[in-house]
Amino acid sequence: MSSQPRSVEGGPAHGRRFLTAWLVLSLILSPLVAIYLGPAIPPGNGSVEATGQVFDNEVLVTFATPICIFVVLFLLYAVFSFRSRTVEIVDGPPVRGDSRIQIAWMVVTTVAVLALAAFGSYELLVDGAGGGQGPNAAFLPAGHSQAMDVQVIGQQWEFTYRYPTLGGLETPHLMLPANTLIRLHVTSLDAIHSFWAYQLGVKADANPGTDNIVYVTTKGPRSFDIHCAELCGLWHGYMFDTGQVVEQSAFTAWAKQQQTYFAPVAKYLPAYSTTYLPDPQRRAG
Amino acid sequence: MKLLGVAVGVAVVGVLIGFYISSYLVGNTPAFRPKATGAAGARTVNLTIQTVAAVGPSLASNHPDWVSYLVRNNQGRWERSTVWTLPANAIVHVTIYNFDGASGLRNPFLGQPQGLVGKEIVDGKPLGALPPDQPSHTFAIPELGVLALVAPVGDAAKNQCNYAPCTMAMAHRTMTFTFRTGKKGHYRWQCFVPCAAGFVYGFGGPMQTIGYMDGFVNVV
Repeated sequence: MSSQPRSVEGGPAHGRRFLTAWLVLSLILSPLVAIYLGPAIPPGNGSVEATGQVFDNEVLVTFATPICIFVVLFLLYAVFSFRSRTVEIVDGPPVRGDSRIQIAWMVVTTVAVLALAAFGSYELLVDGAGGGQGPNAAFLPAGHSQAMDVQVIGQQWEFTYRYPTLGGLETPHLMLPANTLIRLHVTSLDAIHSFWAYQLGVKADANPGTDNIVYVTTKGPRSFDIHCAELCGLWHGYMFDTGQVVEQSAFTAWAKQQQTYFAPVAKYLPAYSTTYLPDPQRRAG
Repeated sequence: MKLLGVAVGVAVVGVLIGFYISSYLVGNTPAFRPKATGAAGARTVNLTIQTVAAVGPSLASNHPDWVSYLVRNNQGRWERSTVWTLPANAIVHVTIYNFDGASGLRNPFLGQPQGLVGKEIVDGKPLGALPPDQPSHTFAIPELGVLALVAPVGDAAKNQCNYAPCTMAMAHRTMTFTFRTGKKGHYRWQCFVPCAAGFVYGFGGPMQTIGYMDGFVNVV
């Protein structure tokens, strides 16, 4: 056994061997990821926006697969091919720069990052992608002028909902009609909350005094989970509920039932507004 | 050895921090299990509670001026416990004696009782809804859809209770209502009225500490 460092030069064509293995693995695994893993990525198929988010995640994961394979494969290849074969501690072969590899590395990574940024930005901006856009939504889905308005009111520690088209009806649970473009107005009465309707792909901060608009187009009937996604105090972890998307006829019947049930308190509700800034009550500091 | 010492030290500090945070959150409140009557699946529980503007030094020496709920234990004494164990699928008859004044709701919608069996009764009269400036407190278990209102003692009422323990001879309002516990679970309950005097938006201190205006209903 020689105690001299093993020279890489003159050895097997590591670059070609590694790139061949990477190419083969990428050609096999990337389609598998796109076909089988991609559609299973959250948040699911609960709304048009959620479906768009699944597609975005699918594209990003598929794109990231060959990059991930490159990193892991290179690590494994280096560990096995360039491991020390002697018991003595000796210097490894000298590392030399290769301008072709460096240029290729910079070009490929730059193009990859910019392409992903461009794709992500386009997808985010084309229709709002289920995110809160503030009071003056800039990225509007088609047919937005006919959208149904629903207000989400965050308070410690519960969300309530108002329907301006139903006479300002307020309810403790969120019910939405199926196959309808909804314009959610998210606001808060106290601390900062965040309205997260998981399976609908909706997430928007609820800030006091701010009308945070988010668009969502429902699909067929289903239930969806609602969580507060902003740490808002003692019961933040318990600030959850289950919303429902129902057929239009069921929604109409539900609205009528709610209007009857909540008739006693209706006279005390303030006129519908995009924000509410209730005064601190008598004891509040 | 040095590494082991550091690891043990970090672990001890972590445990102490965790203990401090958990003891702050639960407010050192004992759990209370009221007596239940009737057969399994059709249990009935009577829960008697009161709300006071200040809990007083005998029940909370560290925060005697905090607003609080109290519960009457099985020995008939008032204690500061907001963690209650109730049987599943039971009928719970609640009586609330309120010795506190009005604070008002930030959201008027929460001024109507919800999710109760029958009507909420205030001083012998059924309650439809309270105007938003009237509620003194609420008793709400949002996961069970339960919300009951606590009507206030008037500002001009005589013989008001300054701090607990309050006696029934002092000015108070009486609320009674009934709810079902439903399936087994670990549910939080809270007050929705911003009644914590001196805290930002009235929602700090006793509103954020279990043992005062918040608690758990453990349905077993």
